[in-house]
Amino acid sequence: MIQRKILVHDMTLRDGMHPKRHRISLDQMRQVAEGLDAAGVPLIEVSHGDGLGGSSVNYGFPAHTDEEYLNAVIPLMKRAKVSALLIPGIGTVDHLRMARDLGVQTIRVATHCTEADVSEQHIALARSFGMDTVGFLMMAHMAPPAKLVEQIKRMESYGANCVYVTDSAGYMLPADVKQRISAVREAVKPETEVGFHGHHNLAMGVANSIAAVEAGATRIDAAAAGLGAGAGNTPMEILIAVCARMDIETGVDLFKISDVAEDIVVPMMDQPIRVDRDSLTLGFAGVYSTFLLFAKRAEAKYGVQAREILLELGRQGLVGGQEDMIEDTALTIARQRGASL
Amino acid sequence: MRDAKIRAAIIGPGNIGTDLLYKLMRSNVVQPVWMVGADPGSVGLDRARQLGIKTTDQGVSDLLPHVKEDRIQLAFDATSASAHKATSDLLTAVGVFVIDLTPAAIGPFCIPPVNLNACLGTGFLNLNMVTCGGQATIPIIAAVSSVQPVEFGEIVATVASKSAGPGTRKNIDEFTRTTASAIERVGGARQGKAIIIINPAEPPLIMRDTVHCLTQAEPDRDRISAAISAMVLEVQRYVPGYRVINGPVFDGKRVSVYLQVEGLGDFLPKYSGNLDIMTAAAVRTGEVIAAELRTSKTAIAGAA
Repeated sequence: MIQRKILVHDMTLRDGMHPKRHRISLDQMRQVAEGLDAAGVPLIEVSHGDGLGGSSVNYGFPAHTDEEYLNAVIPLMKRAKVSALLIPGIGTVDHLRMARDLGVQTIRVATHCTEADVSEQHIALARSFGMDTVGFLMMAHMAPPAKLVEQIKRMESYGANCVYVTDSAGYMLPADVKQRISAVREAVKPETEVGFHGHHNLAMGVANSIAAVEAGATRIDAAAAGLGAGAGNTPMEILIAVCARMDIETGVDLFKISDVAEDIVVPMMDQPIRVDRDSLTLGFAGVYSTFLLFAKRAEAKYGVQAREILLELGRQGLVGGQEDMIEDTALTIARQRGASL
Repeated sequence: MRDAKIRAAIIGPGNIGTDLLYKLMRSNVVQPVWMVGADPGSVGLDRARQLGIKTTDQGVSDLLPHVKEDRIQLAFDATSASAHKATSDLLTAVGVFVIDLTPAAIGPFCIPPVNLNACLGTGFLNLNMVTCGGQATIPIIAAVSSVQPVEFGEIVATVASKSAGPGTRKNIDEFTRTTASAIERVGGARQGKAIIIINPAEPPLIMRDTVHCLTQAEPDRDRISAAISAMVLEVQRYVPGYRVINGPVFDGKRVSVYLQVEGLGDFLPKYSGNLDIMTAAAVRTGEVIAAELRTSKTAIAGAA
């Protein structure tokens, strides 16, 4: 059941906050958002990388508050709508109310793929506000399709009108995506939309997104030049080109979006967003993409290879949000080797 | 009567209430007498009865007529935030001191090694045990604050999925709000932030807690390390499985401590240190109150 028309959802200014250590300037935000809007991208996410309220020692203090970023972007949008991410346990319904008051129209409530029931109060409130309400199941490779279906149906029952299978680790291969999206598509109400969020750690971002569309997904996340955690998100400009070749309508202008990627986003990068040995390890071992830079910093500080830290985090079954365990794990490994700390 | 134990009721025969019962049955100063439930089919009430505890499935109003004859002076509420106020009002009206394990927080926050003695001087007959993450981390924040001003106090509590009950899940914001508020009011940080993560790994992970403090001035490493070590010993008096895994790490003005909380495994499994530290802190609080009640009639204003 390949979809012929999809909605692409831009991640540059939210997932892209991770490789920027949440330090994107207000001018950069405005410039990227106006470029995306002019290119015809219909929905743009703006939040701390770890969602509203993510400002913290654990995840990083942003250059500006969520309010400042949203206020900078929303009034400039001619066509595009703005979304925000909310991870229960980090952000609260107070952040949700703030975002709605500033003009955010889509809220995405994210939980680990087996813990959907912590999203009830947030999804229900967003729905009662009449917002476009998305349930977002992270690290979806860690649960078999039947478990994902059970969890996603909970989010749907709380009021989500769209549900996402999120490959936070960039671990899935196209067959994994197809299996999960098909199962979810079959299980939810016909009017409930299904989406896919990919990471490019095994260079599967575009292939996985197309697999999702072929299995019935109608919303696909992507970022200009792939700016996102790990080896980045699905690169938007490539996705748009592939969709054009496959007659999948996105409404996005290929040359304009490639110019945004090349002229605005690439020059913003603090380091190339690519599959290096560490982001490859994320995808290979199924580790949360956001852990990448934390592991690299721990390597620099404690002399334990980032790759080794990431493999250990994968072995322990860490989930999104456990950034604190990276320094802890590096310290433990270093101590076991007799380093004096 | 000086050496008699102070007699107590437990409201709520669920997992928390049952773990409390097991701990109180070992106490030298508190004697559990009643277990109060609201469901005739409760296995928790059955279990309590088998242990020789009086029970009712008719709620707190059914306990009230027995408060005087059974000399109940202490109650532990392990029900829900929504039910707590009514329960507390009924019990405090007849002079029973209430220890609140729900997130209702109508009385002062109590973190035993930090402010229990101060709480007893307030005249309140209701103390709130904050949250599991708060019990595990606020002692450390208070230890840092005791050395020098803390600008920002942040905690990350990671609990096993199997130990996060439906109440916590339905209102997870209550955890973040209540804990953040207690980090400021009890921990002494100018600004507090709390994060909770639920992890489904099998076998279940033992509760982990990370404390990050940003001090206003450069941290005094020696004094902070000493204050943290002393505080850990205090917590270990009632939670023997409370351990520093790594740290304190000093990085500029950041002071981070990586903790693990393993429970005693009384009724709840050992990995659920998050639940154990709540019941252990409540028992500790109850025992200190009981000691006060036994030795000083005037220490707790209004006590019957």
